[in-house]
Amino acid sequence: MLQIIIIILGVSFILYTLLGGADFGAGIVETFAGRKGERTISKAIAPVWEANHVWLILAIVILFSGFPQVYAAISVALHIPLMVVLLGIVLRGSSFTFRHYDVTHDSSHKYYTFFFKVSSFVTPVFLGITLGAMILGKISLENTGSFYEQYIMPWFNVFCLSMGLFSAALFGYIAAVFLISEATYPIEQKRYTRLAKVFLLLTLAMGMLVFATAEAEDHHLSNAFFASRLSIAAFGIVVLLTPVIFYLFRHPDALKLRAAVSVHVTLVMLGWFAIQFPILVYERNGNHLTFYNTQAPYATLYQLVIALFVGLLLVLPSFYFLFKVFKKGDEQQLHS
Amino acid sequence: MDDLLAARLQMAVSLGWHIVFACIGMTMPVLMAFSEWKWLRTQKQEYIDIAKAWSKGVAIFFAVGAVSGTVLSFELGLLFPGFMKHAGPIIGMPFSWEGTAFFVEAIALGVFLYGWDRLNKWAHWLSGVVVGISGVMSGIFVVAANAWMNSPAGFTWENGEATNIDPVAAMFNDAWFSQALHMTLAAFVATSFAVAGVHAFLLLKDRGNTFHRTAVRIALSFGAVAAFLQPISGDISAKDVAERQPAKLAALEALYHTSKPADLVIGGIPNEQEERVDYAIHVPGFLSFLAHGDFESEVIGLDQFPKSERPPVLITHIAFQIMVGIGFLLAFAGLLFLVFSARWKHLLSSTWWLTFIACLTPLGFIAVEAGWTVTEVGRQPWVIYGVMKTKDAVSPMPGLQYSFYTITTVYVLLTLILVWLMRRQIATIETYYPSARKKD
Ligand code: HDD
Ligand code: HEM
Ligand code: HEM
Repeated sequence: MLQIIIIILGVSFILYTLLGGADFGAGIVETFAGRKGERTISKAIAPVWEANHVWLILAIVILFSGFPQVYAAISVALHIPLMVVLLGIVLRGSSFTFRHYDVTHDSSHKYYTFFFKVSSFVTPVFLGITLGAMILGKISLENTGSFYEQYIMPWFNVFCLSMGLFSAALFGYIAAVFLISEATYPIEQKRYTRLAKVFLLLTLAMGMLVFATAEAEDHHLSNAFFASRLSIAAFGIVVLLTPVIFYLFRHPDALKLRAAVSVHVTLVMLGWFAIQFPILVYERNGNHLTFYNTQAPYATLYQLVIALFVGLLLVLPSFYFLFKVFKKGDEQQLHS
Repeated sequence: MDDLLAARLQMAVSLGWHIVFACIGMTMPVLMAFSEWKWLRTQKQEYIDIAKAWSKGVAIFFAVGAVSGTVLSFELGLLFPGFMKHAGPIIGMPFSWEGTAFFVEAIALGVFLYGWDRLNKWAHWLSGVVVGISGVMSGIFVVAANAWMNSPAGFTWENGEATNIDPVAAMFNDAWFSQALHMTLAAFVATSFAVAGVHAFLLLKDRGNTFHRTAVRIALSFGAVAAFLQPISGDISAKDVAERQPAKLAALEALYHTSKPADLVIGGIPNEQEERVDYAIHVPGFLSFLAHGDFESEVIGLDQFPKSERPPVLITHIAFQIMVGIGFLLAFAGLLFLVFSARWKHLLSSTWWLTFIACLTPLGFIAVEAGWTVTEVGRQPWVIYGVMKTKDAVSPMPGLQYSFYTITTVYVLLTLILVWLMRRQIATIETYYPSARKKD
């Protein structure tokens, strides 16, 4: 049972990164996307963004029912960055929707766009910071330290910041690739291709920064990395795949490119997962929280698996249907 | 402000805000699907116009509902980690079913909103029906989690730990049915009367407008039936509370002293020091009847509970009076509507009737907020009734008031923007929809 839950948790996390990432990233990319950008982006994400975000909710629900102590521990220690994430989610979702559905186009438009762009950047940064704090090992489960030690230090440092920037760059990369085939005009497609390259390079740079700052914070990520064969393999393929993706950029083919990038991102996450497994939260005094020592009783996990399976049986075909309806509509529009 | 109070207020603001969108999300898809169905059957332009106009508003509300719901799923832990640590594994099940329902709802809504010209008409209509069903399901599931807090089941509590967890028993706890029924009806009452009220108001300004006239009729048909059933369901809830949470019942009726038979206290202001209710109307024996179905039975008062286990009486009692008062008013309005539609159709376009309906616009939502105040404040000081106190569940982080201020400010601003946006949407109805320019 535990294994199944871990897999589903991992899958929803990866899907959230890919789908939610494309979504947040679109807001980051919009700044550089030129005048047509807004229309393309609105059209591409409006029908799907709510559904994309349900993966995050799913991950949270799995966390609090399956691994309640983990949820409780990060809720306490990372209250501040999580609060920022929430504000970001609220502002981003509402400003996007307001902009998209407002019937009148006037100066209010500027404000929606401003909030949409800012929160599209801030939210992934703080998601990354939260994730960074979970693995850095400065969280303490005993409530003994000062306010700074308990609630600020665990996340307020260069390592977490570079995790944050890494997430933002990654999301920008995913979004730019996603938008290449959503754009209608060749000039626009070229622009997204260029942006995708830039963001890919940025992501790689930020990835290295993550490893470097980890050393600075005395967290020996690279040792752990070399100790895990799986992560070496995963990151090895990531490195090999990079030139292939650059090659694909030359003659963008939507399907191939999206597939390659999904594999790329998934492998990054799997590699990272291999480094961490089975630890979810590193604790300051070594009382790490793992999948094993925080798992809910069997009855809960069992019910959770049933609910998730029925859920997937309903959700996956509907998702397929949603995408098919839109593809068909787009083709009709092209022909008419 | 102390941290416990800040956390409770933040929870209240966030839930009170979310519930508005949740009610809209449960009801509007059903109303839209109904209107579209009428169009499919009659081909009258106004029906499709109404469905389309509503769907524009719903898209906005749905998005805000989704983000405010996401906030809640984090906030339960951010504010009450002690609660979630124990409750998570027990009530995770309704939440995961709820997640499934949300998912289906979000996807079907995407199809519905963007599929007007891309789908076969009946397939499009069906997607609207799916949105409605999954919306109502998600409401029912999440209320199961709340009902569990009122009527804990499916575990044994030993030395501050929950053991023998049975998520199925927890989900189908004793309070689940009455609360889910009452909540679903409430969503229909509140949203339908609000929608009817807004269109009635517009109709007063533009008499005979086909679009608004039809919209009022559709909304009231649903609102009237739900409002008529609501007091019946409320009575089921009250009997349930009397049995499972006597302290809450005593607080909402402001019954300080155990009585046999017990009077029903209508209105009045509870005086917490003197333990009596000033300026109230007493109906002899009626509370005994409402609580236990027998005019002579005994009803437990607050004196049976130590002071530390009594909920705040003033807030609970007043909130309860507001909810019940509105409940009867709306049930009466619903009854009039049904009678007029059957016998005196012309009255439905009279000025006094439209003014009356327009005045009812906010009342359903006020009753929803009041009802939740009854449930939640009436459960205090417990977060899990009889098992865990709220003060033992709250986050140890100091300075929670700053979260509260921030969230409240953001929500107030968003509310203002939403009101403004809706006014803009309404202002353009005539431009976009032919039937809104037609008179009859
Ligand atoms: C349109 C909204 C609305 C209306 C008209 C009413 N209610 Fe209500 N009531 C709610 C909306 C609501 C609610 C917000 O939905 C609550 C909160 C929790 C719940 O399940 O429903 C609620 C709770 C609630 C409770 C507490 C349940 C609990 O704590 O478990 C009782 C005893 C009643 N109601 C009784 C009534 C009665 C006797 C009404 C008579 C007319 C009535 N309600 C009308
Ligand atoms: C009685 C209380 C509640 C009811 C009736 C309710 C109902 C709903 C409904 C109908 C929706 C769909 C959104 C819409 O149509 O606008 C929704 C969204 C949501 N609710 Fe609630 N909810 C309640 C409380 C909660 C609580 C306590 C939580 C979290 C712990 C929560 C979490 C969510 C989430 C995460 C979403 C967004 C799902 C999405 O993206 O589609 N809700 N809720
Ligand atoms: C959407 C409708 C709801 C509203 C308007 C609402 C309102 C409130 C209010 C007013 C409080 C503060 C009580 C006090 O301070 O005395 C509160 C507390 C709380 N509610 Fe609700 N509630 C709703 C539904 C839910 C649901 C569905 C859940 C859980 C699944 C929930 C969980 C809690 C928790 C954990 C607290 C904090 C502990 C407490 O103060 O009792 N609520 N809510």
